[in-house]
Amino acid sequence: MAINRDTVKYTANLARIELSDKELEHFTGQLDRILAYVDKLNTLNVSDLEPTSHVLDMKNVYRDDVVKKSLPVADVIKNAPSKENNLFKVPKIIET
Amino acid sequence: MDYEIVIGLEVHLQLNTKSKVFCGCSTDFGSAPNTQVCPVCLGFPGSLPVLNRRALELGAKVSIALNCQIAEKIRFDRKNYFYPDLPKGYQISQFDQPLAQHGKLSIIVGNSRGRSLQKIVDKTEKKIRIRRVHLEEDTGKLFHQKDSSLIDFNRCGIPLLEIVSEPDMNSPEEAYLYLTALKSILEYLDVSDCNMEEASLRCDANISLRKKADKKLGTKTEIKNMNSFKGVKAALEYETKRQMGLLEDGKRIIQETRLYNTEKGVTEPMRSKEEAHDYRYFPEPDLAPFNFEKSFLKSIEKNMPELPEHKKNRFIKDYQLSGYDAGIIVSDKNTADYFEKCASLYSNPKTIANWLIGDVFAYMKANNVSIKDLNLKESYLSGMLRMIDSGVITGKVAKTLLIEIIQTGKDPGKLIKEKGLEQISDVKLLEAATDQVIAENPKSAEDFKNGKDNAIMFLVGKVMQKTKGRADPNKVNEILRNKLKGDA
Amino acid sequence: MLNTLTAHELINLLSKGDILPIDICNSIINKIEKQEKSLNALAHFDKEKALERCKNLKESVNKGGLWGIPIFIKDNISVKDELTTCSSKILKGFKPPYNATVIEKLIDIGAVLMGKTNMDEFAFGSSTETSCYGPTRNPWDLERIPGGSSGGSAAAVAGDEAIFSLGSDTGGSIRQPASLSGVVGLKPTYGRVSRYGLIAFASSLDQIGPITKDVEDAAILLKAISGRDEMDSTSADIPVSDYVSNIKKGIKGLKIGIPKEYFIEGVDKEVKGSIKLAIEELEKLGAVCEDTSLPHTEYAVSVYYLVATAEASSNLARFDGVQYGMRSENITSIIDMYKKTRKEGFGDEAKRRIILGTFALSSGYYDAYYSKALKVRTLIKIDFDRAFEKFDAIVTPTSPTAAFKIGEKISDPLTMYLSDIFTISANLAGIPGISIPCGFTKNNLPIGLQILGKPFDEETILRIAWNYEQNTEWHKRKPGS
Repeated sequence: MAINRDTVKYTANLARIELSDKELEHFTGQLDRILAYVDKLNTLNVSDLEPTSHVLDMKNVYRDDVVKKSLPVADVIKNAPSKENNLFKVPKIIET
Repeated sequence: MDYEIVIGLEVHLQLNTKSKVFCGCSTDFGSAPNTQVCPVCLGFPGSLPVLNRRALELGAKVSIALNCQIAEKIRFDRKNYFYPDLPKGYQISQFDQPLAQHGKLSIIVGNSRGRSLQKIVDKTEKKIRIRRVHLEEDTGKLFHQKDSSLIDFNRCGIPLLEIVSEPDMNSPEEAYLYLTALKSILEYLDVSDCNMEEASLRCDANISLRKKADKKLGTKTEIKNMNSFKGVKAALEYETKRQMGLLEDGKRIIQETRLYNTEKGVTEPMRSKEEAHDYRYFPEPDLAPFNFEKSFLKSIEKNMPELPEHKKNRFIKDYQLSGYDAGIIVSDKNTADYFEKCASLYSNPKTIANWLIGDVFAYMKANNVSIKDLNLKESYLSGMLRMIDSGVITGKVAKTLLIEIIQTGKDPGKLIKEKGLEQISDVKLLEAATDQVIAENPKSAEDFKNGKDNAIMFLVGKVMQKTKGRADPNKVNEILRNKLKGDA
Repeated sequence: MLNTLTAHELINLLSKGDILPIDICNSIINKIEKQEKSLNALAHFDKEKALERCKNLKESVNKGGLWGIPIFIKDNISVKDELTTCSSKILKGFKPPYNATVIEKLIDIGAVLMGKTNMDEFAFGSSTETSCYGPTRNPWDLERIPGGSSGGSAAAVAGDEAIFSLGSDTGGSIRQPASLSGVVGLKPTYGRVSRYGLIAFASSLDQIGPITKDVEDAAILLKAISGRDEMDSTSADIPVSDYVSNIKKGIKGLKIGIPKEYFIEGVDKEVKGSIKLAIEELEKLGAVCEDTSLPHTEYAVSVYYLVATAEASSNLARFDGVQYGMRSENITSIIDMYKKTRKEGFGDEAKRRIILGTFALSSGYYDAYYSKALKVRTLIKIDFDRAFEKFDAIVTPTSPTAAFKIGEKISDPLTMYLSDIFTISANLAGIPGISIPCGFTKNNLPIGLQILGKPFDEETILRIAWNYEQNTEWHKRKPGS
């Protein structure tokens, strides 16, 4: 097996997605099949290859240090599920 | 048991670009919440980052100053984690191809030896290795209320330079010296405000203890939440004691993150449970990689300002300052600039250094002002020193005059006339004053005549008092001796 | 029946003064009112707003562009103050505060934004069945899917609810639905069109592109949206040529490669037959067609589903209930807010891909999965580099089968993933590709021909496509006729 229930559970937690037991069961089976398929990559010898993370041969794309207009604050917070005095509001975070 | 303290520091520095690292929003401090944000720094769906060239330049400048090897190819990576101050769910940072690596920074360490009465402090140079320097984006700011937390994203996207040292510091004092030396260099480079209170400079520390003979490092704790260099030192001192106490009781150190509580002066474990980190770094597909062209680096190198270490050596050589004086003066760039300006106006740099480190610093300290805000033109200070040399005023008068100049902002020449502070060299006036003093202090006069040479100093002092410090002390001395000898 | 015409035909009528923009708009609205209920091609459409935009068109706007031509936009492209939801519950009610660069470009040349088209949630799918607004149906057979993920954009054009539309293509999401819906779909070279404002699925693969009724319209729309954008670091600073006039040159002597890996077992017989005839047609037109090989084709699906899901897992982390979109109501803590919001907001396929991508990047698995996939991606790119040393273009089927039935593959993700088998490689290699109608099955379902080109050489594939189209009638067939 390429992936088990505990790994799916751990991964879902990393991704911050709550799964029901049923979903967990279901996804574990499906992901295991997908990973079994993907396993065919292991038949290739890739040790001498560079990974392609950017397909174009591009480099050094910059902008100048120039200040541009920011968004009006009304536009910033208009989509917010919860807000207070132009600030985004979330459940209390306990730091200390 | 003898333990060795092992400390490594991680400094986060806001670079003083005008606009943010990946978008055009302003980096000004203190604006109304969420007014310096745009789709890019808010991480709105569909927005994309474009690198601010200036941020890379400033990062390269710091790397050069810290003697690092700058990478030929650099790349940005995504550091993935969830936190409400991180709008995209990832921070654009650098993982395995950072801006620069393998640097070093020198600190001057004092080693005391001998017993307390004949204690000798050796000043030796110690090199702290810099592991890496990388560029990343700052996060938003959280405000905690009773039942909720609020987020302001103005700070989000300000360029941050992370400077990570090797665990080369062996005492809280060394950590403090490292930070001071680092700050001094950063100020010379003019790349950041370096203000810990405004969080433009932040510092986290890793600390562990090990038995002197051990090669393996002990279990470390990470200390956060210090808001001054002294706070860093105090936190590390506390943490050293705490860890030592545990080890001596045969207990184990738990690897954890602890927050420094400034009010209580203690470190406390973070209450929120930290999960094992799995940041899933991968190359940021939205940014093309960067190759440092030689010409780009050369132009930065060409524009590098003189750094404190170099300046110190030059001051010793060119101005014949002692290593100690030069060290104090160059530790702050504004002070060094001030000194050099004065030195261009007045020919005895050693005297400038004495006054600067003595009376000027004392005034600054008492009144809590920096040299930048001090109301003392370089031409006034050097003018005043020249007037001492030419005998217009006495050194004693100069001490009070200096404060008058600072407080009124007036030209020293004018002040001397207004207040009548010129030195009295007129022999007749001085003779009259000495006569009076001898008459009023017959006992001391007698003592001198009987061979008690010290007594003359008392009489000179009395004459100075009578003339409000304006008498030329050498002349007074001469007149007194003549008069008393003549009587004898 | 203005709604059945192409953009270039309408531009012609408008310039002669025979019709007004409002006439086109009304004709479209008419069709939508009659048909949309059965098609479900649109995610957001507000008739009054569309009419208002049409009426407010400024005469002063450059009439030489797309002045007065209505266009539909895939629901993952940001339009300022208009619902942009990626057909996902998690973006319920979201109205971006800015326009995507392509939208700015279209507005500048006078195009009329009509509304947003339905799609697979976050473009995760090949059938438009994973939308939170329900599946879009194929105008050729309402029991079947239109392809995906730009199924709404393709179905709207095929069903004449749209003159043309914009889609996005990460692994075939423009070409596959174009093929299955019998229209033209073009995925530009990575970097040809700005991605600024396109809600990212997989940043290193995504491209916006046109879905149109014929090749000339594809050329017009591509020209309109292409070019370097300072807001997108990955947009290329390479000149955009005058496609419309250049594609009308002949194709005599062009060398076309036919890769054997695209004619394997599992490809429908009728599809194979149509492609074979299309190749013969191209030879008749003077192209030189030769067999070739792209040896790493069989690994493309594996590479794609690791690379794309890894990037997606990171791109979709921002949907956390803090700034926009939905937030779960019954939450007790910040972690609870994240987990419940994402549980309730994402559909099954989104969850599956986020978890797969997170896994591929996670500690201990990165080298075995993500890093390995990127290396095999290099091999796939080299395959194309070598082929293009010899050939001007490569021709393949767009999809191994014609449109399948709604519900047929939805419960089996792997089978669904394999329906992208012929389109995925172009995204991995960054090259352009176009799908054009090239035949029908005996059940009257469209079959598509895919033409792949060299990086930034959209001109050649458009040219081959246009020449083929001029000599065939497939693109003129309409559903229900």
